[in-house]
Amino acid sequence: MGKIWRISGPVVIAEDMRGSQVFEVVEIGNEGLVGEIIGLEGDRAVIQAHEDTQGLKAGDEVKGTGGILSAELGPGIIGAIYDGLQKSLTDLMAGGNEFLARGIKSYALPRDKKWHFTPTVKVGDTVGGGSIIGTVPETGLIEHRIMVPPDKGGVVKAISEGDYTVEDIVARLEKDGEVQELTMMQKWPIKKPRPYSKRQPTERLLVTGMRIMDYMFPLALGGKAAIPGGFGTGKTVTLQQLVRWSQTHLNIYVGCGERGNEMADALYSFKELTDPKTGRSLEEKEIFIANTSNMPVVAREASIFLGITMAEYFRDMGYDVLLVADSTSRWAEAMREIGGRLEEMPGEEGFPAYMGSRLASFYERAGQVECLGSPHRMGSVTVTGAVSPPGGDFSEPVTQNTLRIVDAVYALDAQLANQRHFPAISWLTSYSLYADSVAECWNDIVPGWSETRTAALKMLQLEAELEEIVRLVGPEALPEKDKLLLLVSKMLREDFLMQNAYHEIDTYTTPERAQLVVQTIMKFNDLAQKALADGGNVAEFRASPVVRKISRIKDIPNETVEQSIKELWAEMEISLVAQKGGVA
Amino acid sequence: MKSAPLYVREGRAINEAKGSLLVAKGIPGVQYNEMVDVRLASGEIRRGQAIDVSEDVIVVQVFGGVSELDLEDSAVRYKGDTLRLPVSIDILGRTFNGIGGPIDGGPPVVADEFLDVNGSPMNPASRIPPAEFIETGVSAIDGLNALVRGQKLPIFSASGLPHNQLTAQILRQASVKGAEGKFVIIFAAIGISYNDADFFMGNLEETGAMARTVAFINTASDPVIERISTPKLALTAAEYLAWNHGMHTLVVLTDMTNYCEALRELSAMRDEIPSRRGYPGYMYTDLAMTYERAGRLLGKEGSVTIMPILTMPDDDITHPIPDLTGYITEGQIVISRELERKGMYPPINVFLSLSRMIKEGIGEGKTREDHNNVFMQLYAAYAEGCYLREISTIIGAEALSDRDKMYLTIADRFEAEFISQGEVRRTVEETLDIGWKLFAALPKEELKLIKEEFIEKYLPSAD
Ligand SMILES: Nc1ncnc2c1ncn2[C@@H]1O[C@H](COP(=O)(O)OP(=O)(O)OP(=O)(O)O)[C@@H](O)[C@H]1O
Ligand SMILES: [Mg+2]
Repeated sequence: MGKIWRISGPVVIAEDMRGSQVFEVVEIGNEGLVGEIIGLEGDRAVIQAHEDTQGLKAGDEVKGTGGILSAELGPGIIGAIYDGLQKSLTDLMAGGNEFLARGIKSYALPRDKKWHFTPTVKVGDTVGGGSIIGTVPETGLIEHRIMVPPDKGGVVKAISEGDYTVEDIVARLEKDGEVQELTMMQKWPIKKPRPYSKRQPTERLLVTGMRIMDYMFPLALGGKAAIPGGFGTGKTVTLQQLVRWSQTHLNIYVGCGERGNEMADALYSFKELTDPKTGRSLEEKEIFIANTSNMPVVAREASIFLGITMAEYFRDMGYDVLLVADSTSRWAEAMREIGGRLEEMPGEEGFPAYMGSRLASFYERAGQVECLGSPHRMGSVTVTGAVSPPGGDFSEPVTQNTLRIVDAVYALDAQLANQRHFPAISWLTSYSLYADSVAECWNDIVPGWSETRTAALKMLQLEAELEEIVRLVGPEALPEKDKLLLLVSKMLREDFLMQNAYHEIDTYTTPERAQLVVQTIMKFNDLAQKALADGGNVAEFRASPVVRKISRIKDIPNETVEQSIKELWAEMEISLVAQKGGVA
Repeated sequence: MKSAPLYVREGRAINEAKGSLLVAKGIPGVQYNEMVDVRLASGEIRRGQAIDVSEDVIVVQVFGGVSELDLEDSAVRYKGDTLRLPVSIDILGRTFNGIGGPIDGGPPVVADEFLDVNGSPMNPASRIPPAEFIETGVSAIDGLNALVRGQKLPIFSASGLPHNQLTAQILRQASVKGAEGKFVIIFAAIGISYNDADFFMGNLEETGAMARTVAFINTASDPVIERISTPKLALTAAEYLAWNHGMHTLVVLTDMTNYCEALRELSAMRDEIPSRRGYPGYMYTDLAMTYERAGRLLGKEGSVTIMPILTMPDDDITHPIPDLTGYITEGQIVISRELERKGMYPPINVFLSLSRMIKEGIGEGKTREDHNNVFMQLYAAYAEGCYLREISTIIGAEALSDRDKMYLTIADRFEAEFISQGEVRRTVEETLDIGWKLFAALPKEELKLIKEEFIEKYLPSAD
């Protein structure tokens, strides 16, 4: 069909392209590099190449594919590792491709693998778009629900149980005399949100196992959150923790313009880790998209849309899905790079003017919904994006645009990270607008959460204020009650908020356990205050063995922690009392 | 043996020449990013690259600029290929310039292969996580910010600080347990002074390391454009030795600040829209293309470890060069002027330093079982000491409690005994034992981050 007229970085201009459409996917040159038409002018098409254009020549052929950039959705997707264009990196590896040469191809869903399909509707039933017609046990943790594509529907004319590939026909529908053949695979354009019947309020708590998140700044299923922070402050580790332990049905990890080694680290750790609830391998509920920083820049743009499309697809089955994107800044930079090549009018700091709306169009695809079709069901997509501000300065455009969109912010603090206080999420500047909407849910799990949380946050706030005075007069000049506040808030920071992602037990904390720990520290506070009033002093409380014991709660296995904490409380009652001349 | 093709096309119609760009008439078959030689009327040859290719015109960036070029009598010769490095095992022990030509007086390399210096991205699914400890013999690194095979860990320094001394010390001392014979150094000098390059080469020769080194030298007086290709050549050599010959390569790139300056210069010549402080918007991606070549591969013996050195302009860690580097590398070792002024060597600021791969590389069977705990407790104790030091500058140390005074002493001793080790080499066990010696000065209940069993086993009795 067309041929190349000009190549400039990732932008290729082709001529003789009449009849193509904007956003159509094209194949460029002998190697068939994937590209996407982003503009048409007469018979010329402006194409952004999703692969490295080095070596292309004017005159090389450009073929249209007739379709726009779409995801393949169906059995075989879970546990896969894809690049930004949904090439299966595992299949490529199996084919001996340790390095990704340009133009290599692989199917997203395996074509030869057979899946056992069990219908959930019968001949004669009427099914609308989005309705579930059958199931496939894809992994031990997820049942893949086969749905009628949103734009189809009718009366079931044929459907039967059996083993099928994703291209085999599993059902026939009829509508207005027209027959529709359904396979287990759908294709969906990645930049177009999938439809649902109704949005729902976000009121269910997403349990992540991370104490500072769950307890202090809880996230709701269907919520949208951002984690901004300079390099090395803990964005990636935090996102990896989320996809490891979140109590969702399925998680999607999008590595967008980040490191290969940390991708490998995540992949390997998922092979070894098991889901705390079911004991099954975490791989059975994960999808990875790995478009590392050295892979083609343009495909970064696709990677995030690909991820969110997959998330919506599983949401539509009635699942709670979490998507994390590391890093949305690299995504925005990809837009900037392409914009620059197209000589578009740059906005702030060279980013295209549409950067903010594109970010919003991604985050807006989060939410809790009533799904399309029957049976009636609810699903959710929760989105958390890392933001990597240059120089760690939050006033830059990507951070600022993101803050306008999201409802929870986990702000990472370089100072905390430098002191190795992890997660380095600042308790003074982070917030969650979901704290109220999930309160009922939290208080159902542990009565009294709202009060204890407020008390703990207040104490940390007071500590920050006191800190300024300490810097002027020194800790010894403070009255005993303030010294106690410093001691207790330090315990809150170090023994509760600090959480080691690499510690076998500490890595995941249930809400119940989190509550026990905060209660212990608050109890220490109460007892110490009483003892102070009776003439005790803080230096002696600090030296008390219970302080070290509280700090070592982290080592106590979940099975025995409640018992141990109750014993510790008893010990505190005895030892934290003022005696003549001091503490026992 | 194969030989590289010379030229495949030649064009004489040059329409325009300005700055470093030359606009020539389009010739069918010219590839995007193809290498070009421009022959001037005088016979002088300048290198260039086709950076915008269309049917009508080809824009060539001429390295070294277009001065003295006349539109009538010059020719553009297209090589039909991008830059390639001839490789074979015989590159070991050799020294090359920034475009891969030998400069050690030896013969050209009889090549097994001509490799595209840009390489190809590793398939993330084929990687295996770096996990084997490299002992550098430096406590601040081995103990607190360990380097592992396949990692990219830069040294952030600034002008006038002893990064060369430290790098030379690391090169001299580095060892990979159990694979000593397979350890090689790839050294790339990028726009550094002749003296500095000479210092490194002399060091490598003195210690007898030259036979297991490949060097690529671009000094300050060499062409700026070759600063761009120098690290790519070094990585190409490293990949070849790692993936074809199972070697563990440590690639030292110094000074990457010069690389970034060269990138900025080229970008300005191309009239590109600059991003922060004049550096091109694609600098993150460009640096990532280099640094991401570090790693390990499933089923392969070797590894590529990268240690870039860079000098932070104005000692500013938020400057785009260290900032973007930090966003790509797996941590950083930061050299501090303040500590250097205190007379410490190596003056490593351990708060600003970080190794993201440490947890994989340390512990039982790798270094020692107590390593992780010692590492965390040392950080906590030093942080506390530094905080109190700050307070005591205002209120005076006398106003502190006894406990707090104890932490002040710990911070001082940590700097003197642990960090400031001088040019001696320490094993990782020696490093950890120094940590324990410091802990002995604290009451046991302060050791909150250490398991009871390790305290019993390793804590020396207080004296
Ligand atoms: N929860 C945690 N527990 C223990 N260590 C942590 C935790 N969070 C972060 N770290 C430490 O901090 C280091 C840096 O974290 P991480 O790689 O997540 O930073 P980042 O913000 O993603 O940086 P970049 O923007 O450069 O990618 C980790 O390698 C780890 O050593
Ligand atoms: Mg990260």
